Amino acid sequence: MSVAAAFFYLFSAIMIASAFMVIAARNPVHSVLFLILAFVNASGLFLLLGAEFVAMILVVVYVGAVAVLFLFVVMMLDVDFAELRQGFLQYLPLGSMIGIVVAIELVLVMVGWTQADAAIAPAGATVQAGVTNTEALGLVLYTKYVYLFQASGLVLLTAMIGAIVLTLRHKPDVKRQVIADQNARTRAGAIELKKAPSRAGV
Amino acid sequence: MSDWMLSLLIMLGKSLLVLAALLIYVAYILYADRKIWAAVQLRRGPNVVGPWGLLQSFADMLKFVLKEPIIPAGANKGVFLLAPFITGMLALAAWAAIPVADGWAVANLNVGILYIFAISSLGVYGVIMGGWASNSKYPFLSALRSAAQMVSYEVSIGFVIITVLLCAGSLNLNDIVMAQDSKYGLFGWYWLPLFPMFIIFFISALAETNRPPFDLVEAESELVAGFMVEYSSTPYMMFMLGEYVAIVTMCALTTILFLGGWLSPIPYAPFTYVPGIIWFVLKSTLVFFMFAMVKAFVPRYRYDQLMRLGWKVFLPISLVMVVVVAGVLQYAIQMGWR
Repeated sequence: MSVAAAFFYLFSAIMIASAFMVIAARNPVHSVLFLILAFVNASGLFLLLGAEFVAMILVVVYVGAVAVLFLFVVMMLDVDFAELRQGFLQYLPLGSMIGIVVAIELVLVMVGWTQADAAIAPAGATVQAGVTNTEALGLVLYTKYVYLFQASGLVLLTAMIGAIVLTLRHKPDVKRQVIADQNARTRAGAIELKKAPSRAGV
Repeated sequence: MSDWMLSLLIMLGKSLLVLAALLIYVAYILYADRKIWAAVQLRRGPNVVGPWGLLQSFADMLKFVLKEPIIPAGANKGVFLLAPFITGMLALAAWAAIPVADGWAVANLNVGILYIFAISSLGVYGVIMGGWASNSKYPFLSALRSAAQMVSYEVSIGFVIITVLLCAGSLNLNDIVMAQDSKYGLFGWYWLPLFPMFIIFFISALAETNRPPFDLVEAESELVAGFMVEYSSTPYMMFMLGEYVAIVTMCALTTILFLGGWLSPIPYAPFTYVPGIIWFVLKSTLVFFMFAMVKAFVPRYRYDQLMRLGWKVFLPISLVMVVVVAGVLQYAIQMGWR
């Protein structure tokens, strides 16, 4: 067994185990931490495939940003774990039925799966010598697929604007700090010196 | 079989060498930090252990190791103990890809800069996990602050790195340094053409490593000491170690991206004989000196000011600069200057 194969089995085993723990862990924070472990191992698998750029982006985007916000939210949830587990048996038949249906569908798809020639062709295309993976990705992403790339950016933008619109509230009585006004303050406008004579006051 | 065993051994040897050198450097960086801070405040700083207090960091380390670790009764034990080790391990892992001289890196990665960016973006987990697992108010508040702060400043650090990458045309740290090699010496390094980015990177690096004036995570006047309140003994030492290694990493990264890495500032005869690693250490130490001076004389930011600086000042500036740098480079290519 080569070193790469050994690492493949190591990463896959940890990934599957941690993916199982995501749904099995009682504490939701532990679930998120296992999810992060699964992400990190997935990026290890990408590294073994020689896709170092995708691996690093996976860590930067999913682990470094998305999962942090996820953890942030889950940490602040006030969940009563005993109460959460009470409905478990009640929902078990429905949940397991959905699971079985999805599993059957997956099996059916896998059995009847044939690949179109058009789909196989790009998989066989190799990166030219002397061009790094990152450069090769950039060369097709910003030329051949530039419209799709821009469109996916627009989809994200729409989601962002939607989230902001849903949560933005204009409260009338909130006092906001205007930095420009603060910086524009001078000693003359802010401080007034008064002579306060004894026994007379201001 | 023996072939990869040998390469594994060589890799292990290199890693141990980097680790040992790094830990000794960090010990003296800690000492330097305290000495500089003391000098600015007209104090003496550590001066008892060893000549001029030179062995202070080692005495501190011994003290931490020998103390009793205390785990709070309400703490989530596993996560509580895991957090400091994640912080320490991630901070050290970044050094696998940092070249200290031409080709002198444990691993010369094609995506070196992305690797370091990824590792440093994971650093926030140690803080969040520590803060949450302590099961106490102050660490938790601190962890929330830290998560928001690190995620915010990472964005502008990312854009600053992109401008450097555009100029260098590579994600490889070795190539980024070599791209700064010119006959103009220190005026050919990227700090000059990308000057606003250099400043933004420096300030964001302060925020990313929770250094003053952005140390709201540890704000001793309000949060006692932030996420580390419940920690003692070796776990606490791991947090401190992780923090200082992360600082040294940021100093080294500033050196590589903007100060020409191991290149000599004057690219002519006697100066080019000096080994690259000496220039590298000198430059990193200079950047650290600036870090320490900032700590000594800038008051702490308020939290809303910190967020405003990150999102409303640095992010727009760095975004515009990415477009400007890309435009200038494209124009230069069109005109045939590059």
